[in-house]
Amino acid sequence: MTRHVDAIVVGGGIHGCSTALHLCLAGLKPVLIEKDYAGRHASGVNAGGVRQLARHIPEIPLSIRSMGIWEKITDLLDDDCSFESHGQVLVAENEDELAACRARVAELNALGFVHEELIDATELRRLVPAVADTCPGGVVSRRDGAANPAQATTAFRRKAEQLGATVHEGTAATNIRHSDGIWHVDVGAQSYTAPVLVNAAGAWAGTIAAALGEPVPVETVAPMLMITSRVPHFIDPVVILRGRKLSFKQFKNGTVLIGGGHLATPYQDRNETVLDWKSLATSARTVFELFPVMRDATIMRAWAGIEAKTKDDLPVFGPSARHRGLYHQFGFSLHGFQLGPGAGAVMAELIVNGGTQTRIGDLSIDRFHSPTL
Amino acid sequence: MTMAPKREAYDVVVVGAGPAGLAAAATSAEAGLLTLLLDENIGPGGQVYRAIASTPVTERNQLGADYWVGADLVQALRTSDAEIIQRATVWSLDRNLEIAVSVGGASAFVKARRVILATGALERPFPIPGWTLPGVMTAGAAQTMLKSSALVPDGRTVIAGQGPLLWLLAAQILRLGGRIDRILDTTERGNYFAALPHVFAFLTSPYFAKGLAMMREVRAKVQVVSGVTELAASGDGQLASVNYVAGGKRETTPADLLLLHQGVVPNVNLAMAAGIEHRWDDLQLCWSPVLDASGNSSVAGIAIAGDGAGIGGAGAAVVRGRIAARAAVEALAPAVAAKLTPMAALRADLAKAERGRIFLDTLFRPAPQFRIPSGDTIVCRCEEVTAKDILDAVAIGATGPNQLKAYRRTGMGPCQGRLCGLTVTELMAQARAKSPQEIGYYRLRAPVKPITLAELAAVPKTEADVKAVVRG
Repeated sequence: MTRHVDAIVVGGGIHGCSTALHLCLAGLKPVLIEKDYAGRHASGVNAGGVRQLARHIPEIPLSIRSMGIWEKITDLLDDDCSFESHGQVLVAENEDELAACRARVAELNALGFVHEELIDATELRRLVPAVADTCPGGVVSRRDGAANPAQATTAFRRKAEQLGATVHEGTAATNIRHSDGIWHVDVGAQSYTAPVLVNAAGAWAGTIAAALGEPVPVETVAPMLMITSRVPHFIDPVVILRGRKLSFKQFKNGTVLIGGGHLATPYQDRNETVLDWKSLATSARTVFELFPVMRDATIMRAWAGIEAKTKDDLPVFGPSARHRGLYHQFGFSLHGFQLGPGAGAVMAELIVNGGTQTRIGDLSIDRFHSPTL
Repeated sequence: MTMAPKREAYDVVVVGAGPAGLAAAATSAEAGLLTLLLDENIGPGGQVYRAIASTPVTERNQLGADYWVGADLVQALRTSDAEIIQRATVWSLDRNLEIAVSVGGASAFVKARRVILATGALERPFPIPGWTLPGVMTAGAAQTMLKSSALVPDGRTVIAGQGPLLWLLAAQILRLGGRIDRILDTTERGNYFAALPHVFAFLTSPYFAKGLAMMREVRAKVQVVSGVTELAASGDGQLASVNYVAGGKRETTPADLLLLHQGVVPNVNLAMAAGIEHRWDDLQLCWSPVLDASGNSSVAGIAIAGDGAGIGGAGAAVVRGRIAARAAVEALAPAVAAKLTPMAALRADLAKAERGRIFLDTLFRPAPQFRIPSGDTIVCRCEEVTAKDILDAVAIGATGPNQLKAYRRTGMGPCQGRLCGLTVTELMAQARAKSPQEIGYYRLRAPVKPITLAELAAVPKTEADVKAVVRG
């Protein structure tokens, strides 16, 4: 059986769900196809950081756009996504790192971005009293925060469905093809056709792009996270380090999430990851040194989500350079969660209006296909 | 005596020193394979032979002849060359057969060519109203105290539930001079008829005569109420009474201690965290690993023996341990395998040991109302999530246990789902009119038992640590 819809979105991560929702808000009836269930991979199991801090300059406009949506997320989704805004702090562990922070903030200011603010040791201590005394300062982005990733992704999916999206979970999209300006996708025995196809398939998106003649340098990665038992409340903002791989966040219930981008081995075909405990031990050592209060906490669980990382660590976002009606939204390279709400809004504008006010030009897929490369 | 493993690599690593693990490690070591046995308890024996090398209970008939079989298994192992480490908690195992083990507060990593998991069974959750009150505990916990410290209840004690272990525990408590005021038998009347077709196998099984004698012994001394269809514990911050319905009549009995038991289920946490495929067992109402006839799992190199492979009891566990170890010897040292007991003989032993099992499984299949609670009854003790909370989450879109985590944090506390997992699966299956197999189980992750941050931080450094890692 074939059903014609307004748009086919492949991938039920926060990006696919957000795009489906925003297409519904624009009056379209999309279908969302997810091979497992919404939020099964990176979108549901990431650190939940809602971060404008320390982003690559080309994605800052999208991040700022997203931040505005996060701050009113309950209005959009009827679900608070456990979003909290206590800022995110980048800690410099020595004077050299602080100098790099100073240069970075100056660069952003020159470009007109003011969300990052240089802080000295006193302000750092005020924001993060538990941090080691030796740290001379850092950078804060005060509107940043964190949300519950599985709750948020599920809330986008639920709202999209309420507003008229068809959500097709549990079967992969196959046989993606186009003829006469119409995209065709098979989902088990069912087929969908639409003038628009959005490739938001995360770790599986690179294969789809390549099959459609637009290969990009992208690899599958699985950043690891671990969570501790409850410890007394000692920190509000999310903390990341300038020099070492660490991100750190305490939840309201007292548990502490430790991340930072050490990688597990992904077995993509099996939806599985094998953790690298020796790398996680490195994270544990960093926390041990920086936050003595954490030393007696116990590690309850560690995991990794499967996602796509591009060669330049920037997402592939926007219309295809080859095919009319095809849009890419993948390769968020370990920092896509915060961008989800804004990216969905911008993607809907691209599809419905043919353009957007948000500056995304540097994220286009043709950066990998320019004749000079 | 806490010692780290002597080597970084072994031919065979056995996890768990219950009947299956003891037998597997001895077989493997006797065949000349470098064998490491890791066990979490202070001495070998697992649950059924707990404290076999140290129990203060010396009067042999008090614990029963079956218990002392464990002493021979331990003896056989100790005369072999197997390296045995007690108080060793295996907290991670992956499909590359890398094992992380915590011994005496320090963690080490070892690699195996073959892993035999013999992590045994857990008691099935028994989520009735009031089961989290102080004064309510599992029969297994009571038996642990009895075996390791000769402690028996002396206050007003009620035992409720069903299954062979319940009668065994009652007999052991009475023989040691403990007090039992009442036994509330929750076996469903219909189960007696359902089990009838399997009764012949049972009558000729090793369980029959022993089981019957034990029940007779207990019934002679304790009031047994059969056909209990409802059960609740109540009290203000402490158990005060047990309320139940039997034969349509509601009764209340005062109690200081309520021991609950409705059978055991495979302890799947380590196996599932290693990525081993499990399936829902409709008869035993639990997850069991998918295994071949030698106990090999879906992950190459990992076999499972004992009750972790599906509940079979101690006798079957010993044979399954030998079969899994023999398979490892066949793979790693085929020349030696020829000298071991032939596989066919072991399989015949297993068939004998498993005789009567279906009868027991059918007879003691717990009733739905004691597996699938409703209303305000707590399901997840770690996060205090009730049955109603879970149904509410299902109503707004939680489709399985993993999605439920995002709504209610079930299974994310210290027990890692051991006390709520089966209940959550069956509750969600019922609410969504699906089979438990379709609903699935929590994706389990290491550490399978929590370790401290300080312990993880103290793990020896690797090359990767030395390289400067700069955040992009």
